[in-house]
Amino acid sequence: MHNFDFVKPGSVAEAAEALKAEDAMALGGGQTLIPTMKARLNAPSALVSLSGMAEMVGVSGSDPVVIGGATTHGQVAAEAGYPALAALAGQIGDPAVRSRGTIGGSLANNDPAACYPAAALASGAVIKTDRREIVADDFFVGMFETALEEGEIITSVSFPVPAKANYQKFLQPASRFALVGVFVAQFDSGVRVAVTGASEEGVHRWSAAEEALSANFSAEALEGLSVASDGLMSDLHGSAEYRAHLVKVMTGRAVRAAG
Amino acid sequence: MPADGGIGASNKRREDVRFLTGKGRYTDDINLLGQTYVHFLRSDVAHGVLKSVDVAEAASMPGVVKIFTGEDFAEVGGVPCGWQVTDRFGEVMQEPRHPVIAHGKVRHVGEIIAAVVAESHAEARDAAEAIEVDIEDLPAVVDMRAALAEGSTKVHDDLTSNLCYDWGFVEENKEAVNAAFEAAAHVTTLELVNNRLVANPMEPRVAIGDYAPGTGDSTLYTTSQNPHVIRLLMGAFVLGIPEHKLRVVAPDVGGGFGTKIFHYAEEAFCTFAAKAVERPVKWVSSRSEAFISDAHGRDHVTKIELALDAENNFTALRTDTMANMGAYLSTFAPSVPTWLHGTLMAGNYKTPLIYVNVKAVFTNTVPVDAYRGAGRPEATYQLERVIDKAARELGVDPIALRRQNFITEFPYATPVAVEYDTGDYVATMDKLEELADLSGFEARRAEAAARGKLRGLGVNCYIEACGIAPSNLVGQLGARAGLYESATVRVNATGGVVVMTGSHSHGQGHETSFPQVIADMIGIAPDMVEIVHGDTANTPMGMGTYGSRSIAVGGSAMVRAAEKIINKAKKIAAHLMEAAEADIELKDGAFSVAGTDKSVAWGDVTLAAYVPHNYPLEDIEPGLEETAFYDPANFTYPSGAYACEVELDPETGHFTVEAFCAADDFGNIINPMIVDGQVHGGIAQGVGQSMLENCVYDSEGQLMSGSYMDYAMPRATDVPFFNVDHSCQTPCTHNPLGVKGCGEAGAIGSPPALVNAVVDALQRGGHDITHIDMPLSPSRVWQAMQG
Repeated sequence: MHNFDFVKPGSVAEAAEALKAEDAMALGGGQTLIPTMKARLNAPSALVSLSGMAEMVGVSGSDPVVIGGATTHGQVAAEAGYPALAALAGQIGDPAVRSRGTIGGSLANNDPAACYPAAALASGAVIKTDRREIVADDFFVGMFETALEEGEIITSVSFPVPAKANYQKFLQPASRFALVGVFVAQFDSGVRVAVTGASEEGVHRWSAAEEALSANFSAEALEGLSVASDGLMSDLHGSAEYRAHLVKVMTGRAVRAAG
Repeated sequence: MPADGGIGASNKRREDVRFLTGKGRYTDDINLLGQTYVHFLRSDVAHGVLKSVDVAEAASMPGVVKIFTGEDFAEVGGVPCGWQVTDRFGEVMQEPRHPVIAHGKVRHVGEIIAAVVAESHAEARDAAEAIEVDIEDLPAVVDMRAALAEGSTKVHDDLTSNLCYDWGFVEENKEAVNAAFEAAAHVTTLELVNNRLVANPMEPRVAIGDYAPGTGDSTLYTTSQNPHVIRLLMGAFVLGIPEHKLRVVAPDVGGGFGTKIFHYAEEAFCTFAAKAVERPVKWVSSRSEAFISDAHGRDHVTKIELALDAENNFTALRTDTMANMGAYLSTFAPSVPTWLHGTLMAGNYKTPLIYVNVKAVFTNTVPVDAYRGAGRPEATYQLERVIDKAARELGVDPIALRRQNFITEFPYATPVAVEYDTGDYVATMDKLEELADLSGFEARRAEAAARGKLRGLGVNCYIEACGIAPSNLVGQLGARAGLYESATVRVNATGGVVVMTGSHSHGQGHETSFPQVIADMIGIAPDMVEIVHGDTANTPMGMGTYGSRSIAVGGSAMVRAAEKIINKAKKIAAHLMEAAEADIELKDGAFSVAGTDKSVAWGDVTLAAYVPHNYPLEDIEPGLEETAFYDPANFTYPSGAYACEVELDPETGHFTVEAFCAADDFGNIINPMIVDGQVHGGIAQGVGQSMLENCVYDSEGQLMSGSYMDYAMPRATDVPFFNVDHSCQTPCTHNPLGVKGCGEAGAIGSPPALVNAVVDALQRGGHDITHIDMPLSPSRVWQAMQG
């Protein structure tokens, strides 16, 4: 790890100011950034901690459920009045990761195998920043890419609560990230299905499944569908074909589990 | 449980108190005055010509003390190999020079190109990044078959090819074996891979070199399973330091699993550099470095054939294996696929004719050497898999086929040059059938099927050779060392006992189990006995801990030394009680004269030995301290039978291990709880190998699984509660404790049981699948199910 300055602002405005420094980076829970710094893959001039601001921590509301950007996975798992989301948060990493990692950090990083992006996209969440509001459909741009601008801070995430929802995660055996994860959310307006872990473009919606499930919210509705393996990731832990297969299996399981 | 805490008692591990409360003293806990830190610049290409290493800019950076390159070690010895295998044509193996720092070429990702010694590790690392290295890439040799092909790029230009040796065993049997195959009623053939593993002990390697200019003495603190072996190899072959000027200390060590047996370049570097800069030099491996510098394990590609007669008796066995050596020969690498593998090929069965061929191959990968079991898991896996396959082809019960072919009379001389002294394979299989509730399997399978799951049962046996080894024998087989063990038993004036053992404990619990033996022999409490190990300055020359040898060989040395102590103490007691020595008995910590009520306590005798006011000084010396070296007459042969049940999700290929049972015969047992723990750990490692762990290189020689993001270690949730039993005991006939060793059994016995279980589940589910290579990841299982 290279030397860096550490800044712990007391307000979002101060944090935004601090992030204007050249090569400054925002620090959420540090569960991705710190390991990359240790490996010298990242060398920020300053780390601006987002964990010292009361305004960015906490879970509130019943519909939508609003989660502060610096809220840990552990707190979401314990407090969010959105059972599928709380269950998802409770399956991220291990207890140490859940005690440090934050929802804002996870969404901003947009790891293609992370869990939270699937919840945000399937729920039609609204990502609030220090500058604007971004709907999830516009937020996730590609693998490790989001609509966030330089120095923009996720202050909170607002989750509409669906009538039924469930997240099914098939573990990558080593990292225990999602080899494939599928979040299914049924709203009055229709069903949204978001898939993580599978695509080279990161989290994405499976529109054919959404259409079929909106008409008939049952696993049987998926029977005629198939997932193309084009554009899906292929690595030591699974081929694109295997991931395509798992997308359908996990979607069906999520629908069944959602009830 | 014996009330006295002696042999057979499940005493709690006394060392765990310090380990679990953070009070252990590991190598990284040692910090010396004036210490410097080294960072190794390692190759990021697998194969290339090292055209230049320019350290000029780096040398002027803050904190840099000195930078070393391959030039500095050009006149220093190479890292030695401790075993020379002779091939089937009578030629010795090809043995390349293994430089401490790469010189001329780099041959694997992770090989050291330069070493920066600085005031802090951060400064050393900063400077290492400023070193300019010019490497001309060469094609990487990764696949063993391609490495052996005509015209392949050579890993070592000065060798004739990438073939280290072509070993045949027993070469004289080859024609008879081939003839038996011609005559066979049935032949089962299986091609399989024994996957490459990274050992991953919890504590990464650490080395600190120290040099005392006043005396010229060097000291190396290192994470080793065998400090004396390191002292001998490094002192005599690399650095030219006589043993009396070199001390090697291996304090608390956080797991080894084989990979801390070997002498590594980093140890030699720190010792060498400490003298060069006249300051201590410390290296602490990161986990990332461990993946590319610790010796890896396994990595065999095998074809095995089993011949049977019309009555399903095994008539011959023939195997053909390529064993990956990596880029250089690690300390014991050549012995693993040969003498630790070929000699175990008979397994538990009376197959009369066996021929084993092994081609050891150099590739542009990290060196491969012994890993828990070392050769024996590779032998057991292929044998027990091919037997399972044969049973399915013949439509017979896999257990019945095994039972039919069991060796039942002992001693038994195998056709692969070893003689099993004792065993009872029928008893362990009987015990296993009881433990695993085999009769209840069908009901469990049906219940799983109702939930849409495929339940499978896998069973196998294993034999291993532990307690390595008779020195005269291994000398004939190419070992460049003896394999005895040593102990000094020092009795203090007030009766306490210190045992200085050449065995090393890095998780095995010697500090608990060894005192139980002494306590039993003398009749004193185990807490009156202290175990000292891991420092060449205060222990006799010992060969260290590996191959499940500590209690069988090290424990036997301790018994021999304690016997000398007791004999001398009896002389003192006889003098004190004015009785004949022959009438003296030692029981419950007191000496008595047979047939009388005369008695002196252990402590009275030990005090007399050191305060010899009333003492037979004309006959014996004062003091009570004895040393023994024990060289075993044979290997020991633990054996057992294992069963695994899995439940497989046919939609995803994912399975869970629902049950694992082990019936082991370890001979006599010193501490049953520690033995349970050893088997639990071994099975967990075997489950790791068979369903999770995989060390994979790409065609460029880049390690694809170089971190825990891609290398899957077993977790607690991956294994069930184990059901282990070691009540079947056929004591070893040739060591004084009748013990066999238990450290590796779990890792040897478990992979075939798991793979057999998954294949069983799939076949019961209607899938015509006869084999899947380890690790059986969900993706591989699913792929196999796609046909």
